[in-house]
Amino acid sequence: MADLSINLAGIKSPNPFWVASGPPSNTAYQAHRAFEAGWGGVVWKTIGEPIVNVSSRYSAMNLGGVRMAGFNNIELISDRSPETNFREIAEVKKRWPNHAVIASLMVDTRERWHEFVKWSADVGADGVELNFGCPHGMCERGMGSAVGQQPAVTERIVSWAMEAATIPVIVKLTPNITDITYAARAAKSAGANAISLINTINSITQVNLDNLVPEPFVAGFSTHGGYCGPAVKPIALNMVQSCADDPEVQLPISGIGGISNWRDAAEFIALGSTSVQVCTAIMHYGFRIVEDMVEGLNDYLDSKGFTNVAQLRGLAVPTLKKWESLDLHYQRIARINYDKCIGCNLCYIACEDGAHQCIDLVDPNGYGLGPGRVPGKPIPKVRENDCVGCNLCSLVCPVDNCITMTSIETGKPRMSWTDYQAKMARGEMMPIPPHP
Amino acid sequence: MPLSPKLGPEALAANLAELHPALTTQEAVIEANRCLFCFDAPCIKACPTGIDIPSFIKKIANGNPTGAARAILSANILGASCARVCPTSELCEGACVVLDLEGDPVKIGLLQRHATDHVHEHHLQVLKKPSAHTNRRIAVIGGGPAGLGCAAELAQLGHQAVVFEKKPNAGGLNTYGIAYYKMKPQVSLEEVELVKSLGVEFRCGVEVGRDVSLAQLEQEFDAVFLGLGLGAGTRLGIPGEQLPGVIDAIDFIEQIHAEPLHQVPVGERVAVIGCGNTAIDAVTQAKRLGAQTVLAIYRRGEDDMSAYDFEYELAKNDGGQFLFHAVPLEILAGKDGRVTGLRLARTQVNAAGKVGIIPGTEFVEPFDMVIKAVGQEKQAALLKKLLPKLELDKRGAVKYDFATGRTNLPKIFAGGDCANGGREVVNAVAEGKRAARGIHAFLSGHEVTGPVQPSRLGAKNGAAGSGFDHPIRVKELEEEFGKP
Ligand SMILES: Cc1cc2nc3c(=O)[nH]c(=O)nc-3n(C[C@H](O)[C@H](O)[C@H](O)COP(=O)(O)O)c2cc1C
Ligand code: SF4
Ligand code: SF4
Ligand code: SF4
Repeated sequence: MADLSINLAGIKSPNPFWVASGPPSNTAYQAHRAFEAGWGGVVWKTIGEPIVNVSSRYSAMNLGGVRMAGFNNIELISDRSPETNFREIAEVKKRWPNHAVIASLMVDTRERWHEFVKWSADVGADGVELNFGCPHGMCERGMGSAVGQQPAVTERIVSWAMEAATIPVIVKLTPNITDITYAARAAKSAGANAISLINTINSITQVNLDNLVPEPFVAGFSTHGGYCGPAVKPIALNMVQSCADDPEVQLPISGIGGISNWRDAAEFIALGSTSVQVCTAIMHYGFRIVEDMVEGLNDYLDSKGFTNVAQLRGLAVPTLKKWESLDLHYQRIARINYDKCIGCNLCYIACEDGAHQCIDLVDPNGYGLGPGRVPGKPIPKVRENDCVGCNLCSLVCPVDNCITMTSIETGKPRMSWTDYQAKMARGEMMPIPPHP
Repeated sequence: MPLSPKLGPEALAANLAELHPALTTQEAVIEANRCLFCFDAPCIKACPTGIDIPSFIKKIANGNPTGAARAILSANILGASCARVCPTSELCEGACVVLDLEGDPVKIGLLQRHATDHVHEHHLQVLKKPSAHTNRRIAVIGGGPAGLGCAAELAQLGHQAVVFEKKPNAGGLNTYGIAYYKMKPQVSLEEVELVKSLGVEFRCGVEVGRDVSLAQLEQEFDAVFLGLGLGAGTRLGIPGEQLPGVIDAIDFIEQIHAEPLHQVPVGERVAVIGCGNTAIDAVTQAKRLGAQTVLAIYRRGEDDMSAYDFEYELAKNDGGQFLFHAVPLEILAGKDGRVTGLRLARTQVNAAGKVGIIPGTEFVEPFDMVIKAVGQEKQAALLKKLLPKLELDKRGAVKYDFATGRTNLPKIFAGGDCANGGREVVNAVAEGKRAARGIHAFLSGHEVTGPVQPSRLGAKNGAAGSGFDHPIRVKELEEEFGKP
């Protein structure tokens, strides 16, 4: 059993799994249920001047029968009073002293920031998270993403919070920005202790084709909502890695965005996250999902021989390089295992119409069983000399381990784009001829 | 005592309700999403009518059941009945690659039913009548699946087809002869309406050879399609066959379709002679009509049965019993002239594969009803009478060209059971459709192939996949490629 406990900028938690700020972290009742289920921390639903919400509030993108592959919302911050929220945080903290409770905050003036940061510390919160991310409603009032999208404003407000802070301050970044590292650097230079990312992404999930109004529907209209859930994971991973790799940021990271299971979590950790936060998956299935997150991560760490979760942290960060430094001489090709192939021909049509036209449908004789129940049915065969190794066929193949992308020996030394340009400049080689 | 109905209307309605309930829209979408959308899909090849199965399934998954039905009906005008009566595990579903992947194929039949039900229920006309007419007239003899397949295709090619049907309603076995729990006659009658809506004329209650001569038709029409199906049930050739209480399986099943269920008589103890698919249908229906005991008697063994496994399983689950290696010698009657039982003997199969009676093994079993299901006669006699010059094969079926339906007579085309000797509904539709194209080529000099199906574009012989492939597990294909 590996040690899952973490320490994020001084915030201690028995495991890296935190409930993200949102509907699941709205009340003390929910925080108790979360901790009972096994979550290590709760980032409270963002506290500020109580707001008024609309009805309805959520929408989703379903994919081929899978519900909520993507999810969006037009909810604002907590609709409960700061008094109620802080009183409940105190209650929760009393009952769960070894778990992390973080107060998410969003206010406007310097005085209010001072007041709320102090209030959080007074009720026993382990840290605060500054919500600079909300992409709807609050930004129109000069808060949320309106702050997060301007590094200078981010820096100013973080510095206000830091003036009053006696507990760690996490800055939650918005992804609705061209380069998130600018916002992260601003947080860093203002003295923030950690960053968390991502908040939700501007989105319209669907247009109702009967009334031609997008969802969520509010009295004949809708508004741009914040997108999250499994579909945003690749974007979140990209941003987490960018911040982890940036020499000017170098802050502990709480990774958020589309995490639904231990694998997602392990990927976020490998790309530099100390803790991970989950919202949509809890909204979909409830707090119980943490059970397999803990167990799965544990088993994975054991299988890799890691004794604590910190050993995994950031291991994949340096394997991401600039494109120009990748080896142009490396070659992979697709190989089909005919004992597994079921004969759907998706690889054929994908390569033919969508890639590089190097799979043929050939007479099946001599290629083993494969799609044998229809006698004489042609089977796909890769012309290995023409295969560029794009991976497409192996991605569309419905059978696990049926198409393997195999590295082949080209006999050529490593050469990146940069090396290539340098060699040409030195007159050491001719340009590589363009693909026919 | 004459035979009487055994159950009340409610019990019968439940017993003979459709075996597989229709999919709800959500079930259909979930099922449709299991389809991989194969390219040059094996299921298409396994469908005798070459329905573009991945395309129609994708349309269901995308919330376009109307387009799905259009894809189905444009390839197979009897898509709704085929969805219910096709032995899918032997055809499309047997070839589905998801069977290899998950052990359970995509439920193509149920999805096809979902789409075709959708357009029937909402009265959507998905097939267009052709804009141009050729003024060519074709007589289609027989309004069964082959005739309907032929007439519908002819109409869509711009020809005037006139269907001659001796029964009061067209549809053939689909209207009168499908096990009641598989399909209600209503589905078949709706299909006849669909064919009508394409501009086909129906003359029902008209028997060719009695009400109108074939010579007359040959004169009046530019071509004639023979889709007569098979003839009367084969006789057993044993004493007692004429007794009341002895009935042919086809007639028994027709009674279930023609009369209210609670008026269909059935015995207490029923013997079914034969073990083909029709015999099995008779076993299951006799059981569901309330017979106490139903025993199917077959002169060979269980492994020799020609019935599909799933039909056999259903009959056994319904409590049907089976007696193998036995043959009836005589149907016995009581003083009132009614059936009282069968005199039977044990059989054995000799080294040459011939069935022989084992001497001294005779025994008597009591029955009050005997259903004969040992096949149907070929139409040799009728065909000889109608067209003395028409060439028949050894079995008495019309000799025809598989691809075009041509016979040895220039204006005469054929397809379906009267030509293939008795196969599935879907084979008959496909042959009718092929013959229609053969007739079109004959009349206009233009070959029609395709349409090229989107999911096969670019495939070798892409166009030829549209309704002209052989089903898997059939002789023709095995000869060409060897057994699968
Ligand atoms: C309905 C809803 C309300 C949310 N409210 C807040 C909030 O008040 N404060 C905040 O910082 N993030 C809020 N979030 C964003 C989540 O904390 C999280 O950053 C985002 O949903 C991505 O994670 P996920 O993919 O696990 O949902 C909210 C998200 C949802 C779906
Ligand atoms: S890897 Fe790409 S190029 Fe090679 S066969 Fe597959 S799809 Fe074609
Ligand atoms: S995608 Fe995979 S299973 Fe399908 S034909 Fe290609 S190799 Fe075979
Ligand atoms: S074989 Fe099965 S999975 Fe492939 S297209 Fe046909 S129904 Fe779909």
